[in-house]
Amino acid sequence: MNVLPPQSVLDRIHAGLPQARVELVNNPGPSGQHALLVHREDARQVAEFLKNDPELLLDYASNVSGADYPEYLEAVYHLFSIAQKHGPIVLKTRTGDRGADATVPSLTPVWKSADFQEREAYDLFGIRFEGHPDLRRLLMWEEFADFPLRKDYAAPADYEYEPTPHGDIVQKAAATTQA
Amino acid sequence: MTDDALRVELQKRGVFVASFEDLYNWGRKNSLWPLQFGLACCAIEMIAAAAARFDIARFGAEVFRPSPRQADFMIIAGTVTKKMAPLVVRLYNQMPEPKYVLAMGACAISGGPFKEGYNVLKGIDRYIPVDVYVPGCPPRPEALLEGLIALQKKIAGQRLFGKDLPRHANPEAPAEYPVPAYGPHDLVPPSNPAIFHPKAPSLAE
Amino acid sequence: MSPSSTFFSGTADAGALEVSLGPQHPSTHGVFRMNVRMEGETVVKLQPVFGYLHRNHEKIAEKNSWLAAMPYTDRLDYICSGTNNWAYAVAVEKLAGIEVPERAEYLRVIVGEMTRLQNHTAFLGFILGDMGAWGSALMYAFREREKILDLFEELTGARMMLNYARFGGVRCDLPTGWLAKARAYLATYPAFLDEMERFLTGNEILLARLQGVGVLSAERAINGGLSGPVLRASGVDYDIRKVDGYGIYPRLKFRIPRGEVGDCFDRFMLRLLEARESLKILQQAFDQIPEGPIVNPAVKQRGFKPPAGEAYGRIEGPKGELGFHLVSDGSDKPYRYHVRPPSLINLTLLEEMCLGTKIADVMVILGSIDIVLGEVDR
Repeated sequence: MNVLPPQSVLDRIHAGLPQARVELVNNPGPSGQHALLVHREDARQVAEFLKNDPELLLDYASNVSGADYPEYLEAVYHLFSIAQKHGPIVLKTRTGDRGADATVPSLTPVWKSADFQEREAYDLFGIRFEGHPDLRRLLMWEEFADFPLRKDYAAPADYEYEPTPHGDIVQKAAATTQA
Repeated sequence: MTDDALRVELQKRGVFVASFEDLYNWGRKNSLWPLQFGLACCAIEMIAAAAARFDIARFGAEVFRPSPRQADFMIIAGTVTKKMAPLVVRLYNQMPEPKYVLAMGACAISGGPFKEGYNVLKGIDRYIPVDVYVPGCPPRPEALLEGLIALQKKIAGQRLFGKDLPRHANPEAPAEYPVPAYGPHDLVPPSNPAIFHPKAPSLAE
Repeated sequence: MSPSSTFFSGTADAGALEVSLGPQHPSTHGVFRMNVRMEGETVVKLQPVFGYLHRNHEKIAEKNSWLAAMPYTDRLDYICSGTNNWAYAVAVEKLAGIEVPERAEYLRVIVGEMTRLQNHTAFLGFILGDMGAWGSALMYAFREREKILDLFEELTGARMMLNYARFGGVRCDLPTGWLAKARAYLATYPAFLDEMERFLTGNEILLARLQGVGVLSAERAINGGLSGPVLRASGVDYDIRKVDGYGIYPRLKFRIPRGEVGDCFDRFMLRLLEARESLKILQQAFDQIPEGPIVNPAVKQRGFKPPAGEAYGRIEGPKGELGFHLVSDGSDKPYRYHVRPPSLINLTLLEEMCLGTKIADVMVILGSIDIVLGEVDR
């Protein structure tokens, strides 16, 4: 695997797209996978640049995850290059907030592999990807109204009595069946 | 019902005696055709049970029917999610009587290891009546065969006349169960109160 | 959705037929549904519907400890639990900077490649079933697979849900006599492959149904994020075992088969060739495996607390690139746990591959992609 340090990718982006707002987010752990945080308005442009630049050629978006943080929601893209055999480069975009402004641009027109994964991030986190060709729920049914993977999601209380009572499950079960 | 010693004596002379009920049940239990319907990991063990080593064909259940209209019993093999639950109930409704349900694996019995999931139905017996429960995660193919034998024993004991008629001989009993609908947070209703009676919890250890 | 409404927005042609293939269907590899609009027998639109096996693996993993997620990874791609465990362990080891002892790496390769063998064996049976061979090839395939499952049971205690990898090693060592049994079994495996190839690859029905069906070009495959045998069948030289060189794969000699046309026949043959390469890898691993510890003694499995940070770790699973994106906040539970499922992403181009083909070809194309719903829906 050829090594591609994130700092060198950042330098190339600054050279090629001087107006783009991209910064390096330090990853404190031992993995060394520092992320490039791009402002959501510049995300499409940066993505096209990363894919088409002759030295980077990051033509393979392997993974798209959503993540839930207290102030915002995040879409994380892990990019590799099949041609140059380097990667991963971590690209992150953040929403404005967790409510009405929870939007980021969709990178599906750049990498088709983001199609289903962005739909899943919408389904489970509520991140609206603008420009996605078909943004519908992927895993839950259409009528479902919640975003289950958010930290503040409350699952329906549908536990029944368990034959081996332990801890607060007994209290909870007792409360629901007597109600 | 003739006495067993007499029956054996007659058999030695080439005279076979059986009651109509016994014959009827014998025919039914030895050619139970399952619905070809695997949900998750248990389906692979179900296929292994149908394959050459464990051979469910010895027990008459080799002909897995793709259509519920032609199946005798349904092996719920795997986790039933809330998204899948209305379809499982609809498939059950489409099966003609007499029909049976075998809940294979911990997930079909009670939600199994995924019990904390928001999309996991905590046991298919919330919506349809289950006849045999086969625990395991996944149960070995031999365990599934034991479950099948238990179902066969249950069928052998079903009466056609008299009291305690099974559901299929009882015109009052329902053959179809209501299909739940998708609600905004959960299925509507979350369980079928006519079938699902969980025991009240007891705090005594 | 009521049966009489159209599945797709927009007007339906009067002659078009709309069918929901699945989720209960003999050939959909699980509870997978495709809404298909056909004109005659030709597919005009295809929309996959997921979520019928969405078991909330990620939410459950975020609620429980790091080690508790390991048995759940068994149930992702439930046919290949050996490689699922390995992928999760690799991701956690990247996250926490853990070294793995040599013997453990060899054991992981042994279990991983045997998992690949039994996956490709089962694939043979399943794709023949999809083509309508009603279980004949499945019997042969499962007969072979049972022998591998016996070896797994002796090693780990379970046939399918191995729960084998741990952070920094594996759970249990080889029992006495296991290596000899495994060698003896592997000596018989090429005969099985030869028998299958004799029956199948010259078979004119199989050739007619697989060749030229579902052609996928290399550029589309890369853009669509495809991985594994599907990507390599389209001619792309990318195998994570060679590219990332994780574990002790750099020490082992094996080739990467590549397809030329990118049709279903290429994907079918590629898996048979990969099975032969796996045999070579296993032979070398059996010969080279050293003595030593099977787990890094410095790592506390229960109560595991990695340092804060993020990591993405991936391996070449039998279905494709299986990756885990993990975010830790320093506590004993993952803050974010995400599975990169090869089966779901390999379906990204399903509609593209199926447009203009006959409805019977759709099942063959789906079968050749080789998906498992536990991974698609998680």
